[in-house]
Amino acid sequence: MNRWLKINQLGQLISALFLEIIREPGVLFWGILFPILMSLGLGLAFTKKTDQIRRIAVIKTGEHSYSVADSSTLSHFLGDQCEKNSNGPGEEWQWKYTIKDEKSGNSIFLFYYLEWDKAVKLLKRGTINLLLTHSDDSVEYHFDPMNADAQLSFLKLSPCIGTTEVVSVISSPEIKPLTVTGTRYIDFLVPGLIAMGIMMSCMWGISYGIIEKRSKKLLRRLVATPMKKSYFLIALITVRVAMNFIEALVLFLFALIAFKMSIQGSIPALILLFIAGNIAFAGIAVFASSHTSNTEVGNGLINFVVFPMMVLSGIFFSYQNFPEWSLPVIKYLPLSIITDGLRSIFNEGAGFNEVALPILILTATGALFFTAGLKIFKWH
Amino acid sequence: MTVTNVIEVKGVWKSFKTVQAVKGIDLRIPKGEFVAILGPNGAGKTTLVEMIEGIQKPDAGEITIMGKKWKGNENELHGIIGLSLQETRFIDKLRVTETLNLFAAFFGLGRTRVDEIINIVGLEEKRTSYVVNLSGGQRQRLAIGISLLNNPAILLLDEPTTGLDPNARREIWDILQNLKEESKTSMILTTHYMEEAENLCDYIVIMDNGNILKEGTLQELLEEDSVEKIVEFTADHIPVNKIIYSGDSSFSVYPGETKEKGFVRLNNFETQLPAFMSFMKENNITIKHMECRRKTLDDLFVSLTGRTINE
Repeated sequence: MNRWLKINQLGQLISALFLEIIREPGVLFWGILFPILMSLGLGLAFTKKTDQIRRIAVIKTGEHSYSVADSSTLSHFLGDQCEKNSNGPGEEWQWKYTIKDEKSGNSIFLFYYLEWDKAVKLLKRGTINLLLTHSDDSVEYHFDPMNADAQLSFLKLSPCIGTTEVVSVISSPEIKPLTVTGTRYIDFLVPGLIAMGIMMSCMWGISYGIIEKRSKKLLRRLVATPMKKSYFLIALITVRVAMNFIEALVLFLFALIAFKMSIQGSIPALILLFIAGNIAFAGIAVFASSHTSNTEVGNGLINFVVFPMMVLSGIFFSYQNFPEWSLPVIKYLPLSIITDGLRSIFNEGAGFNEVALPILILTATGALFFTAGLKIFKWH
Repeated sequence: MTVTNVIEVKGVWKSFKTVQAVKGIDLRIPKGEFVAILGPNGAGKTTLVEMIEGIQKPDAGEITIMGKKWKGNENELHGIIGLSLQETRFIDKLRVTETLNLFAAFFGLGRTRVDEIINIVGLEEKRTSYVVNLSGGQRQRLAIGISLLNNPAILLLDEPTTGLDPNARREIWDILQNLKEESKTSMILTTHYMEEAENLCDYIVIMDNGNILKEGTLQELLEEDSVEKIVEFTADHIPVNKIIYSGDSSFSVYPGETKEKGFVRLNNFETQLPAFMSFMKENNITIKHMECRRKTLDDLFVSLTGRTINE
């Protein structure tokens, strides 16, 4: 009987806190739809094949008009192999040359017919990065050798000019574009978004929830009943973890359908890591909200926890670009541990062995903060 | 040993950072009695009640409830006390019944008690409304409903009608009046409305500045110097603070609620009333209206502190 009463207490608390969340229409949008939109936007922006346009200047020299009648190499190339702009002369490009490439996107070269001074001006602005001049029977290339992009233009274009052979379609079997599942940006991004979702949802959901209920004096009212105090926190965390699970699942299913993402490693290990991540941030959330009843202060506290990790933990881009000395610290931020762990399971086929340590560290972090938070927790 | 006093407060002191909120209070509440703690804002009423509720700890002194101290008896005492705090807000998007169910679960009570409570506080039509959509009065009725769930032996209500319109206040009085007739609950209620204390409570404790100024039944408080009568009048001009002599005694004119009102306190109608009338005539003041009324708690508070309670 007594046992049943306790279960009923916990059950009522969980159901009340759950209803509180799902009755807020914003929850559906910000919790579920927004991460999907973000992954869709970023995923498309960074994984779509696009045509690369390279702009090149051809310098006016007076005698040459680069017509078919001219016998120079450049004239031959421009006259025979390029498409001429039908709009006639002007500021627009004069000739267009396309190297077709089905795997990594077409390269389109647009040639502008310009005086030297004007061409240099455009070079300085970065509009063009390669200048072509004609000297006797050869073509001269002018570019900054330190500019990798200019070099690429030169390397791609130079085999095409001067040969009568048509090399306009590259489909050499040696090039293997890395678009297999696990190496694309979306594969990098989705585990990051799931990890960020755990952090944000715990910090805002649990911390803010506690602070708001304290400022409403609801905590004070609740503990003036025979309610078991720990049940309240357990219920709050349970509801939040359940919401996180739903959000992560929806996001993953979306990535599965839209980007054909897959889990290459162990699914049970993934679930365990997910739970450990939730424990870590639930603990931090309870600790952060253990004292204040001021929602403004709460805002600041939550941002203090959330913001550095958002920037440092490599959600959107790898943290390897941060200075060498900072990496050992960054690597052990809770969010980094979750993100790295999730990525290794999703993309590298990691199993229990690889994520055992991260799971242990996260669980210990959560337990530590939770215990400390409970010690100093202010109910009224 | 039988415990006759459900609550005993002995020499309790409490201070916050800058304020000495409660300065050595003694109080005994017998079983089944309704007690009002009456005083202006900042008198220390809430601090006193919160110490009785176990929310605050006294700096010095002792509080026992049913003969038991809070320390070590939290669970038992929480089970026999019902309370409503000043301005608690419940979960916005929870319905009335859901809110009651939640609190009922803490006491191990079921749906039947929730239905009873809904009837007691008259929220039948609001069962399925979200808490956020209730009016101020309805919300306060819900708070009182929650405090009554466990059929408490002791009910502690902190300013249950502050900020409510007269109708809503009347509805809450009705609920408490019925409770008084039908149960053996003892109640402490804090208020700064004299009328509330007069209407609902058997025993009234007047507090100001962390001290108890006076306590007793309404009768006791008002009849202490029962010879005194209050004569209120309306005139075009009020001779405020003028002292009027009648034989050996004297009395002065006090300002009333409005500019045109004033009152005097008379011990002896036969000699003092004619003296008052002739004073007014001599000063060419026309009395438009005049009435004699019994002394109220307001008058008592003014005579104790020199100011009105809502100042």
